[in-house]
Amino acid sequence: MGSRSSHAALIPDADHIRRETGFSQASLLRLYHRFRALDRNQKGYLSRVDLQQIGALAVNPLGDRIIDSFFPDGSQRVDFSGFARVLAHFRPVDEEDSRIQDLKQPEPLNSRMNKLRFAFQLYDLDRDGKISRNEMLQVLRLMVGVQVTEEQLESIADRTVQEADEDGDGAVSFLEFTKSLEKMNIEQKMSIRILK
Amino acid sequence: MGLEMFEAFSPWNVLPWLVVLACCEASSGVNTSSNSSALQTPNAWFAASSSDPDERISVFELDYDYVQIPYEVTLWILLASLAKIGFHLYHRLPHLMPESCLLILVGALVGSIIFGTHHQSPPVMDSSIYFLYLLPPIVLESGYFMPTRPFFENIGSILWWGGLGALINAFGIGLSLYFICQIKAFGLSDMHLLQNLLFGSLISAVDPVAVLAVFEEARVNEQLYMMIFGEALLNDGISVVLYNILIAFTKMHKFEDIEPVDILAGCARFIIVGCGGVFFGIIFGFISAFITRFTQNISAIEPLIVFMFSYLSYLAAETLYLSGILAITACAVTMKKYVEENVSQTSYTTIKYFMKMLSSVSETLIFIFMGVSTIGKNHEWNWAFICFTLVFCQIWRAISVFVLFYVSNQFRTFPFSIKDQFIIFYSGVRGAGSFSLAFLLPLSLFPRKKLFVTATLVVIYFTVFFQGITIGPLVRYLDVRKTNKKESINEELHIRLMDHLKAGIEDVCGQWSHYQIRDKFKKFDHQYLRKILIRKNLPKSSIVSLYKKLEMKQAIEMVETGILTSAAFSAAHQAQRVQGTKRLSPEDVESMRDILTHNMYQVRQRNLSYNKYNLKPQTSEKQAKEILIRRQNTLRESMRKGHSLPWGKQAGTKNIRYLSFPYSNPQTARRDLRAAESTDDDSSGPEFRPFIFPAHSRSGSLQERRQTQDMIPMMTLHGGGKAFSYSHRSSSSREGTGRGRSLALRPKPLFHVDEEYESGEQTEEEASAEGSRWTAQHRYSRKHHKSHSPLLQRK
Repeated sequence: MGSRSSHAALIPDADHIRRETGFSQASLLRLYHRFRALDRNQKGYLSRVDLQQIGALAVNPLGDRIIDSFFPDGSQRVDFSGFARVLAHFRPVDEEDSRIQDLKQPEPLNSRMNKLRFAFQLYDLDRDGKISRNEMLQVLRLMVGVQVTEEQLESIADRTVQEADEDGDGAVSFLEFTKSLEKMNIEQKMSIRILK
Repeated sequence: MGLEMFEAFSPWNVLPWLVVLACCEASSGVNTSSNSSALQTPNAWFAASSSDPDERISVFELDYDYVQIPYEVTLWILLASLAKIGFHLYHRLPHLMPESCLLILVGALVGSIIFGTHHQSPPVMDSSIYFLYLLPPIVLESGYFMPTRPFFENIGSILWWGGLGALINAFGIGLSLYFICQIKAFGLSDMHLLQNLLFGSLISAVDPVAVLAVFEEARVNEQLYMMIFGEALLNDGISVVLYNILIAFTKMHKFEDIEPVDILAGCARFIIVGCGGVFFGIIFGFISAFITRFTQNISAIEPLIVFMFSYLSYLAAETLYLSGILAITACAVTMKKYVEENVSQTSYTTIKYFMKMLSSVSETLIFIFMGVSTIGKNHEWNWAFICFTLVFCQIWRAISVFVLFYVSNQFRTFPFSIKDQFIIFYSGVRGAGSFSLAFLLPLSLFPRKKLFVTATLVVIYFTVFFQGITIGPLVRYLDVRKTNKKESINEELHIRLMDHLKAGIEDVCGQWSHYQIRDKFKKFDHQYLRKILIRKNLPKSSIVSLYKKLEMKQAIEMVETGILTSAAFSAAHQAQRVQGTKRLSPEDVESMRDILTHNMYQVRQRNLSYNKYNLKPQTSEKQAKEILIRRQNTLRESMRKGHSLPWGKQAGTKNIRYLSFPYSNPQTARRDLRAAESTDDDSSGPEFRPFIFPAHSRSGSLQERRQTQDMIPMMTLHGGGKAFSYSHRSSSSREGTGRGRSLALRPKPLFHVDEEYESGEQTEEEASAEGSRWTAQHRYSRKHHKSHSPLLQRK
């Protein structure tokens, strides 16, 4: 599949990406190989079709949304840095990272907040910063089998929003979202071991 | 209600029946075998009435001796099977104890029956029966169901641990026991070094796969799983090789004559035996793969070829005193990749099931022999030897695990944690292999054979029962999963979402491994091997999923129950209803939580799972189909309304354009959805199969016909069955960017991503050909051609 070289020098903007994402050299290289493998026609970027051809995503209930999360702001292409940036959210959190919290530097992409932000955007399709009841309902519908009736789904959606909503606006803002998940070990749930 | 009680009742009912039956059989056997004159009795009775006893034809005759052996063996197997049925009827039991426990108990039961009824000549296991008939199926099955990709990725660690671990265990236990034997107080001083070493080698044969089922749900990570599996695979082979070499040494009467030359020769032989066996296996694997290339027209003999060649590899290797076990394993591994692609779907299913059946029968028989010899008078008990054996087994296993893994962790990308190592240590359960080797020790060379057998039995019983039963809770304890906390509905939903998200991103990342070697092998495989070994008519990029049938009925049901109606989606576009906050009672919340828990889709399990005794049915197939149908429907609906996912507009328009083409070739919609590469469908984990309908033709002659046949169904289905148009839509999207209709007719490999190109073991696709065949048939039988016969007769 094209020329496969193990030179990191071939990765465009390698240093910049490394700084931004925090991947090690080896991981970045592997990601690059994967990017190249997914990029069927060697276009240099990935389109939705390329990602849709990953079979497993098609049977993932959230497959479409996951694919869409790679294309922020409605663009139709994602280059390698964008690809790496998305995957950087799933880097396991190192204990050392959290200690060296330099306030001047922006938060690393795999911090808890950023992970939560990434998950949040899966719900919030219209990007208004809030998960409306409708959006919750849509997600529920995606994730639940066909035996559940519409009324049940609606009441579950209502209840979900109600539980998290604190200021009573009928929608879940990002802060409310994080608050409802404060007890959960997000760092572990949204980390992929091989991305170290 | 009543049915449940009945179900719980029936296994317990059945067993006594069988005991009675067995007793009858045993007693009848006793009667006839102990007193041969009894055979004459019926004759005599008739004869008494006439003066010439020899010329009467007897109306009733009893000849038990003739059928004794097969009869009893069959009864044993049947008894074990019924016990297994009972075992599985109670759902929680398979998670509490490994199935080996059950088999041992059945064996003990049969043994006690035989002992109790003083049956004089039960079928016995001897060396040739074991090595020629009972052992090969067991090894073949474990080789065949091994997931090859993780195996080869971890092969360094597996060889290091499996090979070296077995050697360390064998020699360690042997030497320690020898030192114990030197102590005069225990009365064991007549056992010299070689005997102890031999005992060490046979007692170190572990069977860890038996416990895998017990902690399956703890979601053992893939590496750990592979370690256990790999160890099981190599262990039998190595201990048998060691056993044979040491027996050869023992036969040299005076062991003082053994010189270093002999020892070196022994080591060299060890290596040659191992490698030679593997070499033989690979050759036979290739030959059989090559032959299956030509078996299109007589697919009924395909399983036969697979089994015969594997067995032949075993026998050929044994002829040359090479390791038959390693040969048959290598043959299975090599053969599997290509055979799976070549054989028809039913043959594939047959092969798998038959293999499981054979190995399960073999193992059952061995355990029964074990039970028979447990209850009997052939025991010699020596407290010191037995206790020390137990102790040393554990100690040496712990030493080998922790030392070897410490070393190999230095070189691994993902080191094994202490918890993993502990699990590996604790899963060192002995099984049928050790018993067989102990039982087959030649009495002439081992005057104290009974002691060995007793010690082996004690170790087996102890490890299987104690370790087997406690490993489950132990692993769950180590996993420290917070299952008790009641999570709020919010949390549950979000947790599940995150699990799906994580699984999805893992799929995007794909499998990472040692790229270079794997790629080189793949290239070689593509260029040379596949051309020779795979049938010509298969399209180049086809990865045939061999036993997933499309369930038309289910799809039709789904459509009919109206879940795919647009009503569900119109709700999405309603204005937001402002709802007052309702006060929900705790029961409501509880019921909501239940609804969620039971109905949310499962996250795709990327981990392997293997059950030694059973091929699990695919439970999440339905889930996958629902997801796919729904997804397809969403997109179609949103296209219809001109509104798709906010940033998916262009995809939508493309789809519209293609859907209006009636003639896009469904043949190119070959591999629409290749579910992920990681899991082995044989491992029967909770995988799912994508619900696809690509009209992929397998035989060139049918290509033309199929094209026309399938195109028209696509058209007629366009308005109606939404499910079937799925492939149509996906086929068009697969076309990529703006290919025209003419290009669509060219067969084109669609999926040529390397790591998704794993061989049959790793694909989870629908049986494309079967599916399309069914579509074609169903639609066609009602409307158009009558040319189904070639399709129907294909199998």
